[in-house]
Amino acid sequence: MSIRAQLRCVKGEFHLSADFEIPYAGVTAVFGPSGCGKSTLLRCIAGLDSCEAGSVLSVNGSEWISASESIPVHARRVGYVSQSSSLFPHLSVMGNLDFALKRRAKTVNNMSIDEVVALLGIASLLKRRPDTLSGGEKQRVSIARALLNTPALMLMDEPLAALDLESKEEILPYLERLCSSAKIPVIYVTHSSDEVARLADQLMLIENGIISSQGSLSDVLGRIDSSLSRSAYAFSVLNCRVLRIAGPAHLSVLAVGESNVELFVPRLEEVPKQQARVRVSARDVSVCIERPVGSSILNILPVTVREIAEMDDRGQSLLSLQVEGSEERLLARVSAYSCEKLNLKIGMALFAQVKSVALLS
Amino acid sequence: MFSAGDIGAFWLTLRLALVTVCILLVIGTPLAWWLARSRFRFKAVIEAAVALPLVLPPTVIGFYLLVALGPNGPIGQVVSALGLAPLAFTFSGLVLGSVLYSLPFVVQPLQNTFSSIPEAPLEAAATLGAKGFDRFISIVLPLSRSGYLTAIVLGFAHTLGEFGVVLMIGGNIPGQTQVLSIAIYDHVEALDYTSAHWLAGTMLLMSFALLVCVYMLNRRFSWVRL
Repeated sequence: MSIRAQLRCVKGEFHLSADFEIPYAGVTAVFGPSGCGKSTLLRCIAGLDSCEAGSVLSVNGSEWISASESIPVHARRVGYVSQSSSLFPHLSVMGNLDFALKRRAKTVNNMSIDEVVALLGIASLLKRRPDTLSGGEKQRVSIARALLNTPALMLMDEPLAALDLESKEEILPYLERLCSSAKIPVIYVTHSSDEVARLADQLMLIENGIISSQGSLSDVLGRIDSSLSRSAYAFSVLNCRVLRIAGPAHLSVLAVGESNVELFVPRLEEVPKQQARVRVSARDVSVCIERPVGSSILNILPVTVREIAEMDDRGQSLLSLQVEGSEERLLARVSAYSCEKLNLKIGMALFAQVKSVALLS
Repeated sequence: MFSAGDIGAFWLTLRLALVTVCILLVIGTPLAWWLARSRFRFKAVIEAAVALPLVLPPTVIGFYLLVALGPNGPIGQVVSALGLAPLAFTFSGLVLGSVLYSLPFVVQPLQNTFSSIPEAPLEAAATLGAKGFDRFISIVLPLSRSGYLTAIVLGFAHTLGEFGVVLMIGGNIPGQTQVLSIAIYDHVEALDYTSAHWLAGTMLLMSFALLVCVYMLNRRFSWVRL
């Protein structure tokens, strides 16, 4: 039950050389800067771009690309959702969905059209023509159409990139629901750390056509030698339990991982749920040797230093901190000078001050 | 008003135009698709060959066809080897000439419409499990409706007005190869201006009505140029 790939593709000057193995389940985010080959990778998996000889792609046991053959696009069954809408302009929304329904693979766990329409909230759009829909609506219909085809794999190529902030916020909850409820594995290409943090279970980092890190989300994010943690956008994701929704002054209280370390976040919606994910930027974390008193910062977490990486070119250091009583890791970016002044060592117990926390789900 | 010969010429012309357009749609669709999608290095040569009838004097096409159809020409020899009657001065010969003469008027609008179809819907259809022919029928054809309309009308109208090619390979046999434009010429030669007026006026109105149809149905597409 895995997706195993060795993909080689040449496009002019650009070379893709992607080797990876990911579980055939959940959401795998492919993260990297523009022009690093994310879309080419996805197009190779879909079969829309052809790979060089020697490429291998096996999805859940079936060989899509092998030494002897490469299965054509229409036989692979991928739910491909691209940046811009690819709805059929001559068909209504219902016509577009019908197109996918008529050609879907006969399997047992087919989703019904009502289920999919409800999942993506497009019931009121069914009679409309694609050119009358907003960008966000078009993407929701594209996703619904792909789902109805019962794909073996969903491939999403920056589905939110072409949308404005408002449409993004409108569509993200649908994506979250989809990713958690559909039993189809998703490969999700993006250059937005927010989308990675909200949706991904696994993460692959890609740079100049090469996969530089892969693994579970917290694993990859916690690696202080990855390209992502060395960038200005380094962040960590904490998995939390919900303690009290109605905390003090429009706040809710979470507990980090299995620990009893409390985390204050903006008030959650009044829906019963157990789990929440928060994203913390490495830039927003500072450390103190002793628990600070009289600070306006609410979130002060007891942590242990697990790794220290020098980033000497910019006078910065990156710390990987383990939150006390849990396996959750927090990245902190501090200046190399403070590191030296505080005489920080691996294994030291510290207090991490978290300036801001983004609540994800 | 119209003599029996005129009415015969009228029906013959109509039949010729219909048969020609049908044949051209069958040949023109794959040819135009190939021209629109292929990256073949010498595609320009084929494109130029398709466009030749636009610039060649019809008598030149007619002359070469006559030579080719004759008993010693390549087509003539194939036809006689198959045991068939020679094509020159027959309706079948006229159809062959018209197909060549009107080819660009059908192929070019189709080629334009095919190249204007973006890749994205075709790729989406493929990922949804549609094979090549399925994609053509369910995506390309509906998106090319206006291109087909233009191709049909232009091919039809152009065949209606054919003169030079027909004169060279069909001659002027009433009921067999005498088309409208030649009938008009005959009337003028015989100084029968009344009959010529009737026929010419009918042609004028028919062509005008056809073009009004094209422009009304196809107003959005700016590449329709005559």
